[in-house]
Amino acid sequence: MPSSTALSPDQQARRRWMSVLAKAPAEKLIHLWDSLPDKPDWSYLRRPETGMVMVRGRAGGSGQRFNLGEMTMTRCSIRLGDGRVGHGYVAGRGQGHATTAALIDALMQDETRRAALEQAVIAPLEASAADRRDLSARKAAATKVDFFTMVRGE
Amino acid sequence: MYVAVKGGERAIENSRRLLAEERRGDTSVPEVTLAQIDEQLSLAVDRVMTEGSLYDRELAALAVKQARGDLIEAIFLLRAYRTTLPRFGYAEPLDTVAMQVRRRISATYKDLPGGQVLGPTFDYTLRLLDFDLAAADNAPEAEAADAPLEGGMPRVTDILGHGGLIEPEEPRDEQEVGDLTRDPLRFPAERDVRLQSLARGDEGFLLSLGYSTQRGYGKNHPFAGEIRLGELAVEFVPEELGFPIEIGEITVTECQMVNQFQGSATEPAKFTRGYGLTFGHCERKAMAMALVDRSLRAEELGEQAKAPAQDQEFVLYHADNVEASGFTQHLKLPHYVDFQAELVMVRRMRETAANNAARNDDFEEAAD
Repeated sequence: MPSSTALSPDQQARRRWMSVLAKAPAEKLIHLWDSLPDKPDWSYLRRPETGMVMVRGRAGGSGQRFNLGEMTMTRCSIRLGDGRVGHGYVAGRGQGHATTAALIDALMQDETRRAALEQAVIAPLEASAADRRDLSARKAAATKVDFFTMVRGE
Repeated sequence: MYVAVKGGERAIENSRRLLAEERRGDTSVPEVTLAQIDEQLSLAVDRVMTEGSLYDRELAALAVKQARGDLIEAIFLLRAYRTTLPRFGYAEPLDTVAMQVRRRISATYKDLPGGQVLGPTFDYTLRLLDFDLAAADNAPEAEAADAPLEGGMPRVTDILGHGGLIEPEEPRDEQEVGDLTRDPLRFPAERDVRLQSLARGDEGFLLSLGYSTQRGYGKNHPFAGEIRLGELAVEFVPEELGFPIEIGEITVTECQMVNQFQGSATEPAKFTRGYGLTFGHCERKAMAMALVDRSLRAEELGEQAKAPAQDQEFVLYHADNVEASGFTQHLKLPHYVDFQAELVMVRRMRETAANNAARNDDFEEAAD
């Protein structure tokens, strides 16, 4: 991802957890949030709002950009009692998803909480996403054509 | 002449109720759920998202249900819904090399880096009706290899590109990206607008046009350089952050057609490209799109543009099935006054013709 190489370490860390939160199944994320101890005080900075993002492709995969079509996205911003601001930007229309992502984004910026949240929320979500990806990639691999067998015994 | 324009309210309301009842069908049969449509009629959902131009599986499944399986009606419903949502911005362009590939084949190279991955395809099925599916207790399981497929598969066209044998694609990021949903079509249309139009275009129309180019209506000698299907993260740069984050994953199908180009006095012979990209798994559509993308490049490549598939206005003005359906179906609206006028005119023409004939008869009689 060339666009992320110029980011500061803080930005890269935030990019990672926000991406994990956005890609997590909503029910799973909300369940993890519900089971967290000591929830902070918070209020909406911007209530969850559903809209669209235009998805773009490139001609030939690498050429001129073009508009492929839109996708739904929901965004939400919250402010914690201590003033930290969190944002949720998630595909789909899940308002609970966006709010929960914003809350965890805000909490992750608190260094005293980060390690615990990483362990309780981010790492498990990332691990189950990796498992899903691995299973899908192994099923695809089973359909890979092995032309080599045709010339075996030359 | 009096034309009744009121009085249909009760009939319309009852028609809606009848439609609702028929949509539901026999209530002793369980109602289909959106999750069932999404999971088990997933290619219908994919087509509705692609041509409806909105990636949202649940909304597309709802549209399919509401339209009773009429996919063009479902596409119309999704297009109408999208006009109710604000647009938050533009995602970063998809990088299809980063795709988590589930299917990837090439008809140009047998052995290519990453290999031929068949994935879930109808290609090798016998097209015999499978009566096992008529029973409702199917739970088949796919084979999984020990090792996953490696990521970051190179594009076949990039492999050809290293030898300079295929035209390069230039990113031209300094150019604005045209948007059909904001600005009306103008001709000649740039490739970005053409690709957007083709991506939204009707699969059947593009399939037939693509087919016509293969049969000789427009010079086209394509190879399926590569077709790939899989998942990609969509990146978006929120204003508050100023750097890209992934907002989710979508499934896309990409087709790279490789076509001959004879070369010219100034340019050596080389291969040219046609490109297709769709939401979901719409392989036939992606291939047809790539064929038509290439045929619409005729003028740019100095070819004679004589066939329908090479005619920008013909293709782009007729590719959209919501527009085509609307204009065809508007014929059902009351045209009572128009028709009365035509009726009067036809009667008058017949009278005139009869009078003329009578006058001619009189004339001939007088001459006798």
